[in-house]
Amino acid sequence: MFRPFICWFQIAWACVVLGLLTQPCCADNVSSLVDQLRSVDVNGGGHTQAISAWQTLAQSDADQLGDILPGLDGAGPLAANWIRAAMDTIAEREWKRSGTLPLVTLEAHIEDRSRDPRGRRWAYEWLVRLQPDAADRWLPNLLDDPSLELRRDAVARVLVTARELEGEGKKAGAISAFNRAFRAARDLDQVQLIVDELKALDVEVDLPKHFGFLVDWYLIGPFDSTGGVGFDATYPPEESVELGAKLPGKSDDVSWSAHVTDDSFGAIDLNTKLGKHKGSVAYAYTEFIASEPRDVQLRLGCINANKVWLNGELLTANDVYHAGMELDQYRAKAQLRAGSNAILVKVCQNEQTESWAQRWSFQLRVCDAQGTAVLPVTAPGGN
Amino acid sequence: MISLLRVVPLVVIMPSICCGTDWLRFRGSENDARSSSSSLPTHWDAETNVAWKAELPGRGPSSPIVVGDHVYVTCSSGASDERLHVLCFAVDTGEEVWHRQFWATGRTFGHPTTANAPPTPASDGERIVAFFSSNDLVCLDLQGNLGWYRGLAHDWPKAGNDVGMSSSPIIVDNVAIVQVQNQGDSFGAGIDLQDGTTRWRVPLARTASWSSPTLAPGEVRPVVIFQSVEGLLACNAATGAERWRYEASCESITSPFSSGGRLYIASDGMTALTPSQGNGSPDVAWGANQLNPGAATPVVADDRLFVVNRAGVLTCASTAEGKILWRKRLSGSFWASPVLAGQHLFLVNDSGTTHVVDITAEGTVVSENQLDGRFQATPAVADDALYLRSEHALWKIASQR
Repeated sequence: MFRPFICWFQIAWACVVLGLLTQPCCADNVSSLVDQLRSVDVNGGGHTQAISAWQTLAQSDADQLGDILPGLDGAGPLAANWIRAAMDTIAEREWKRSGTLPLVTLEAHIEDRSRDPRGRRWAYEWLVRLQPDAADRWLPNLLDDPSLELRRDAVARVLVTARELEGEGKKAGAISAFNRAFRAARDLDQVQLIVDELKALDVEVDLPKHFGFLVDWYLIGPFDSTGGVGFDATYPPEESVELGAKLPGKSDDVSWSAHVTDDSFGAIDLNTKLGKHKGSVAYAYTEFIASEPRDVQLRLGCINANKVWLNGELLTANDVYHAGMELDQYRAKAQLRAGSNAILVKVCQNEQTESWAQRWSFQLRVCDAQGTAVLPVTAPGGN
Repeated sequence: MISLLRVVPLVVIMPSICCGTDWLRFRGSENDARSSSSSLPTHWDAETNVAWKAELPGRGPSSPIVVGDHVYVTCSSGASDERLHVLCFAVDTGEEVWHRQFWATGRTFGHPTTANAPPTPASDGERIVAFFSSNDLVCLDLQGNLGWYRGLAHDWPKAGNDVGMSSSPIIVDNVAIVQVQNQGDSFGAGIDLQDGTTRWRVPLARTASWSSPTLAPGEVRPVVIFQSVEGLLACNAATGAERWRYEASCESITSPFSSGGRLYIASDGMTALTPSQGNGSPDVAWGANQLNPGAATPVVADDRLFVVNRAGVLTCASTAEGKILWRKRLSGSFWASPVLAGQHLFLVNDSGTTHVVDITAEGTVVSENQLDGRFQATPAVADDALYLRSEHALWKIASQR
């Protein structure tokens, strides 16, 4: 008769002990668990340890979020998601239980710009969820934030102000606010929106300069790419660029010619510049003058198969045709050297006949990791 | 105590295994887009027969799935659709139960009409596997606890489709099976549900495909089918070992499906295949080039096949030989696949009109029910309720009692 009570008591006690054992007790323990999450690797590497660590870490108190958040600093993209899932679980549980989170911890993390942007954004979103008016306090200071998500919200807030000024008939103030938003904006949709607003106020902006599009190019082609052979073929421009040279092309000799695009997004339409050639390869060449060595990104948008070289080093190669052309479609980290830097782009057109498979085009920009334009010294405002 | 330990887990998991009306993946638990429910409402609008509506924090054409008392759905948000969301709602109230977010590790580009969340999640009744166009794959338990996280495009960086990818995963015997097929790294893979490691991986043609894998009929051990424009590849679902190939020009969006011991594929219109008598590729039962499914995957009811094309032409054909029995013109254009409950087909067009068609009356349109928004998701059906998902919201449609 007494036995069932013993059974339930034993189960309950085991649960308590198990709970105590699985709950991380201190910052060191939390740090160790986060390290195990940071060790996840490609192909499921490190999963066995990470799964176990995650289950313990997710039992942490909300007070320990301040010890977990720094784990995002420098975490790889896979590890960041494991850590985030634990933080979301902890935060959601505490929010449902008490209706709050350690706000001081969240604000301190947002404040520290040396922290990983993902963690700062995470802290901001929870802060604003708990204190909606915190956005008014924070956003005015985030227009130049390294977190593009925080910056995006700050830009959106300035846009609200600009529209209010415009609605009140304060044109100069509105233009000033729109310009402030434009300088801060890095996301294409926001930039386009601001450009339209400014245009309605008779203000033109320099989009190629804002994004860092390269607009001056030498072009040559077509070379043969029948059956797609051109992507792997090495034509003379890949060996050396001699702008005065006449080279054997697909059917005739071809030579370099200078082109400047006036497209707002720096697009070079090769069908227009070189003529419509299917099963062909074209090369585009330019020189970028930098005042000093620096890390940059070369970001390519291209609807055709492509390769990009900087100073003879292959940065990216993409054997993809007609799957859309997007801003920053292909990103490559690179280092500029002081002085002249040779940029060569190879653009391959295939032989598809569908109407949507006729474009032969690319755009390329030079920027930093946040997408802020890096301009050549020959350009006004360049480095 | 031993008996208690045996009983408690049974009680805990009972809701998920005893509930026959779960809708566990794209086109339902059996991938047949059919429900035995005959009590779905046939008329609704924003005010009528809407049990609840839940706004979503992002966009996406993925379908909801239903496991026990909860409905799960994915979406994406952010300037580049880089934020991934998995949400759980209570079936009864529409209240958000939990919400997990992740950062995409692969390419997030896509056609403006889509987002990063076209694939429908899959569940084995205990766990959720959510897949995204960026080839991020996440496993969560029903309470939202992380099982594991994979970035398949992080592992294979050339895997990506800048138009967007929509292939939904399936779960077979503790293996989550995905189809990653594009102009770059392309493969079918079996991911261990327990620990997220890759059990097997088979190369697929480097050409874009949006189809979802399915199981072949008539096999002793589960065999998964991958459909691409070059044909079918059939593999052992546990090991990935190739079973057979079927070379044919297939559509790249519509998914293959099995019914009545046959495999139906969108090839030269529609083609019905029967398992090989030996161990080789299947035999053609019939082909019907007048049946063009467009994007939607057809549905079979007994001896009839229902096909809707992008332009809204609904065609009923016999499953015996593919002969057209009747046609009906519906309004609008269609991405979503039809589902069948009782005698009614539910077909949702892009602009939010759900046509309810009585299949026993030669395609009589019983009603056209309008909700606001853009609709690309195939409906889910569970417990006499229809779940509709627009770009930004989730509706539960159920008769008001």
